[in-house]
Amino acid sequence: MKILIPIKRVVDYNVKVRPTSDESGVDLNNVKMAINPFCEIAVEEAVRLKESGVAEEIVAVTIGSSAAQEQLRTSLALGADRAILVESETELEPLGIAKLLKAVVEKESPDLVILGKQAIDGDNNQTGQKLAALLGYPQATFASELSISDGKATVTREVDGGLQTVSVNLPAIVTTDLRLNEPRYASLPNIMKAKSKPLDVMPVADFEIDITPRISTLKVSLPPEREAGVIVETVDELVDKLKNEAKVIT
Amino acid sequence: MTALVISEHNNEELKSVTLNTISAAKELDNDIHVLVAGKECAGVAETSSKIDGVTKVLLVDSAEYEHFLAENISTLISKIADDYDFILAPTTTSGKNFMPRVAALLDVSQISDISAIESTDTFQRPIYAGNCIATVKTTDKKKVITVRTTAFDAAPTEGGSADIVSLEEVHNSGISEFIKEELAQSDRPELTAADVIISGGRGMQNGDNFSLLEGIADKLGAAIGASRAAVDSGFVPNDYQVGQTGKIVAPNLYIAVGISGAIQHLAGMKDSKVIVAINKDEDAPIFQVADYGLVGDLFDVVPELESKI
Ligand SMILES: Cc1cc2nc3c(=O)[nH]c(=O)nc-3n(C[C@H](O)[C@H](O)[C@H](O)COP(=O)(O)OP(=O)(O)OC[C@H]3O[C@@H](n4cnc5c(N)ncnc54)[C@H](O)[C@@H]3O)c2cc1C
Ligand SMILES: Nc1ncnc2c1ncn2[C@@H]1O[C@H](COP(=O)(O)O)[C@@H](O)[C@H]1O
Repeated sequence: MKILIPIKRVVDYNVKVRPTSDESGVDLNNVKMAINPFCEIAVEEAVRLKESGVAEEIVAVTIGSSAAQEQLRTSLALGADRAILVESETELEPLGIAKLLKAVVEKESPDLVILGKQAIDGDNNQTGQKLAALLGYPQATFASELSISDGKATVTREVDGGLQTVSVNLPAIVTTDLRLNEPRYASLPNIMKAKSKPLDVMPVADFEIDITPRISTLKVSLPPEREAGVIVETVDELVDKLKNEAKVIT
Repeated sequence: MTALVISEHNNEELKSVTLNTISAAKELDNDIHVLVAGKECAGVAETSSKIDGVTKVLLVDSAEYEHFLAENISTLISKIADDYDFILAPTTTSGKNFMPRVAALLDVSQISDISAIESTDTFQRPIYAGNCIATVKTTDKKKVITVRTTAFDAAPTEGGSADIVSLEEVHNSGISEFIKEELAQSDRPELTAADVIISGGRGMQNGDNFSLLEGIADKLGAAIGASRAAVDSGFVPNDYQVGQTGKIVAPNLYIAVGISGAIQHLAGMKDSKVIVAINKDEDAPIFQVADYGLVGDLFDVVPELESKI
């Protein structure tokens, strides 16, 4: 079985980003970048499937600038076998990404595509579902458990009320939730080995797919500030404030 | 122009998030249709027809839609989409699951999790865990939108008298199958609809200690939530998680107990009206968003608070 993992280079989750001074976008100067945490979980799941003998080959793919090779190398160090960079200097939206990924899927014919449920920059939560629609594949989103047998994937999904289990025919699209696994750290020998694994670069123009954005960002601003609160000394004072000042309890 | 709101329900009851989504739709259009797809869900259609502002209810009653599998429901919506300029669903795990699939079938760029409407093509939405708000404009003719329900009031459940129209649309992809569901049984309000929420974090130390929060929740009629750390540690189930990648809540009162206040947690609760933080570390970032902070050991403070409210 072959697994494709689309990954995204994003701002590290510890960084508190701010708008640029002209409010035209997000200030990304000198900001630490990383592999999207949900994509890291996707890589880990693929590696576990390979270790357990279910998968033979893992291909990581990203659509982004040449700097995203760094995150592809990270995926290779974590256990992917080879990587593809679809190079695009402009930021694309999930629909365009899904269209490009569809072309990659058609070329690579994976049995399973594992994506993150959400990229923590745009918080869109769309790409996997859109890719599934374009390919006519089934989808199992927000996975917290995954097993493969008899040409099907059985997936436990995290839903608002609890957990739901679905079975989908392969080839299928799965998106990861936080509790699917705990990603490992790349070891030094594996980081060294990753340097010699194949990484193909393809210019986005070669795909001849219309990825003109439909959505433009007019402005990026700070959310409304909360007014500074107070520190209360005792439980009695807290109860008094909640009853008489905030009037949220009786 | 007409807006189509995809209702959320469990075949028996309409979920209140649908009411918030209808309010958002009202800002876009004054002709609002509600789709009720499910199995033996005529009662939900009945409830929907009475909601203020709803002009028509489409009822699709068929076994294919019982569990809202994305493959089937997205095909159904794409087949009836021609008549609509706006298609809206709440940003819940269900809406997040099928709506992007609908958008792709229609070749539309979905606008996720809108928090405000500036015009029929311009919207605000939080990005980067709510650290920034983006104002975005779409050129798509048809708009496929998920709605941050805490940002819109609930539409009144009375005042409408819409016709209910039954549709025969059977779409079964045959490539996915529902196996089972383990849904939490609770007498408490749902997190996303609660007036008061008390949440515990890693500071609770274990699942048993969450009983300390239950006493307060009982007295205040509150829902119980948690940080990711508390869920990952197995103290409470996944559906308790509040945050960027969990549930977004905005109750009148949010009490955070033993939660440090990481950006990902704040993203899910900082629009609450009044925030109380109980934490033994006076430098915990949660105090920066708290209206009332109490520095102390939760194992002393929480029992005392329960006895005094
Ligand atoms: C991709 C991604 C997505 C995420 N999504 C979410 C999300 O949706 N929701 C979320 O919550 N987190 C999320 N996180 C995790 C987040 O970054 C934090 O790790 C998490 O919120 C921390 O939980 P916590 O505050 O309970 O634990 P900690 O940060 O460990 O804080 C525990 C707090 O308890 C206090 N404490 C300990 N003992 C006591 C005591 N006896 N009395 C009083 N106070 C005490 C401590 O002072 C401390 O402040 C996400 C992270 C990533 C990378
Ligand atoms: N530029 C990209 N290249 C490859 N995969 C991506 C890209 N953007 C998003 N994805 C995948 O889609 C998932 C969800 O992203 P999003 O829909 O943007 O929230 C991510 O976790 C990735 O797995």
